[in-house]
Amino acid sequence: MTGTLWVGTRKGLFTLRADAQRRTWKLSGPQFLGHVVHHVVQDPREPRTLLMAARTGHLGPTVYRSTDRGRSWREASLPPAFRTAAAGESPRAVERVFWLTPGHASQPGSWYAGSTPAGLFRSTDGGERWEPVAGFNDHPMRPKWILNGTPDGELLHSILVDPRDARHIYLGISVGGVFESTDGGADWAPLNEGVAADFLPDPNALFGHDPHCIALHPADPDRLYQQNHCGIYRLDRPGRRWERIGNAMPKKVGDIGFPIVLHPCDPDTAWVLPMDGQTVWPRTSVGGRPAVYRTRDAGRSWQRLDRGLPEANAWLTVLRQAMCADHSERTGLYFGTTGGDVWASTNAGDSWRCLARHLPEIYSVTHAH
Amino acid sequence: MSCTVRIASPLHSYTSGAAMVEARGGTLAEVLGDLERRFPGIRFRVIDEQSRIRPHLRLFVNLREARDLSAPVDGGDTVHVICALSGG
Repeated sequence: MTGTLWVGTRKGLFTLRADAQRRTWKLSGPQFLGHVVHHVVQDPREPRTLLMAARTGHLGPTVYRSTDRGRSWREASLPPAFRTAAAGESPRAVERVFWLTPGHASQPGSWYAGSTPAGLFRSTDGGERWEPVAGFNDHPMRPKWILNGTPDGELLHSILVDPRDARHIYLGISVGGVFESTDGGADWAPLNEGVAADFLPDPNALFGHDPHCIALHPADPDRLYQQNHCGIYRLDRPGRRWERIGNAMPKKVGDIGFPIVLHPCDPDTAWVLPMDGQTVWPRTSVGGRPAVYRTRDAGRSWQRLDRGLPEANAWLTVLRQAMCADHSERTGLYFGTTGGDVWASTNAGDSWRCLARHLPEIYSVTHAH
Repeated sequence: MSCTVRIASPLHSYTSGAAMVEARGGTLAEVLGDLERRFPGIRFRVIDEQSRIRPHLRLFVNLREARDLSAPVDGGDTVHVICALSGG
C-alpha cells in the first residue's frame, strides 16, 4: 500500500510520499511556511479530503480544508470559537486548534475539533463552519474538571467516536482527565478510575488527571488504551477502572511518554515511545537510547524495538500526535521528533530508518492512504 | 468615512497581497467589519471571539494605539494593523 505522511511542524506543513513498496520516500513542502501546524487528518469517509489545524505566531487559530488530497487548501469560513461570554462570565477565546477527529461513518461531513483552552467544537459541513459543543464547553462541572489548568493552557485532544454508536464519544484533557458522553456530547462524565495522578493531593481523584493520548481500537471499540503523564493504561468496557499495563515495562525505562499507537486490526497490539519521566521530567528518550516498545498481549508484556534507531547520544522527544501507523499488512509505523527527524518502520517496529532530517519541530505525523 | 488601512504581512493572503487598502467606518469595529466583508476571514485572525485584539497584534489609529474596537476613526486616518515583536 502506498501512502503519504503529513508532517505538521512549528514552521509549516511537509509531506513524505512512499512508493508502492514503501522503500523510497519523497519529501515535499513546505506548504504554509511559517505556520504552526498542530494536526492534519484525512477523512476516512472521503479520502480526498484533509483538514488541518493551524495558526501563525501572530494570527488567530483556524482550520484549513483540502478536497484534493492536499494540493490546495481553503480556510474554514467559521473557525472554531467559543460563544460570546455573558456579562460577568470569564471570556474564553480559542488560542489554538489542537486536535481534529472525523465524525462517525454514518455522518458524512461531521468533524470534531479540540482546542486550548479546553474546548470541543463540531462541524457538520466538512469543516467549513464550526460551532461550540455547549454540552461540554458550558457543562456546569467544567470549571472544576479543569481547575488545575497548565500554564500554556490545557489541551483538549483524543476525541474518539465509537464506530458502533455516533452518540458515544470520549475525549481527553491535559490537564483534566478522560471524559465520556453517551448522548452525542450533550452531557459528559469523568472516566479516570484507577489512573494515577501523583501531582494531585487526592490519590483517588475523579478528575484532574493528565492523559497524554487515548486510543480506541476500531475492531474492538470496548478496548481503550491510554498513555498518561503517570503511566500506560488499558480499559476494557463496560469496565470503568483503568489497569496500569505500564507496570510490565522495564523499571529502568518506565512507562512515561506522549503517544500510543494501536495496530489497525489486532486489539492486543500497541506501541509506545518511552521518555524519561524521572526527577525533573526531561521527557527525552531514556538514557539517550531511543526505543519503541510493543505489546502483543494487551500490555501484559512489552518488547524493546530499537534496531536502526541511534544506539546512544540521541535525546529524542516525540509529541502525542507525532506517531502513527498505516494500514498495510506489514504495519508501517512512523514518528517525528521535536528535533525535526522522521523515522519509519515497515515491519511493525522490528527495525527503523530515518526518512527525513532537519525539519522544524514536529508536532504531528499522520498517515493518509 | 474612508480611511487607509496598513495590513501586516501575515494577512496579505487575505488582501491578495495588498499592504495598504481603503476601508470605511467611524470606529475600529466598523473598519474591521468592512474589511471582513471584503476579505472574508481576516477579522478573526486579528480579533478573537470576545472582540478582543489578539495578544500578538497591535492596532493603531494614526500614531495612537487602540486598546479596543471602540476607538474612533476619522476620514483620512490611517489604521495600522501591526504584528507585535514576539516569537522566534
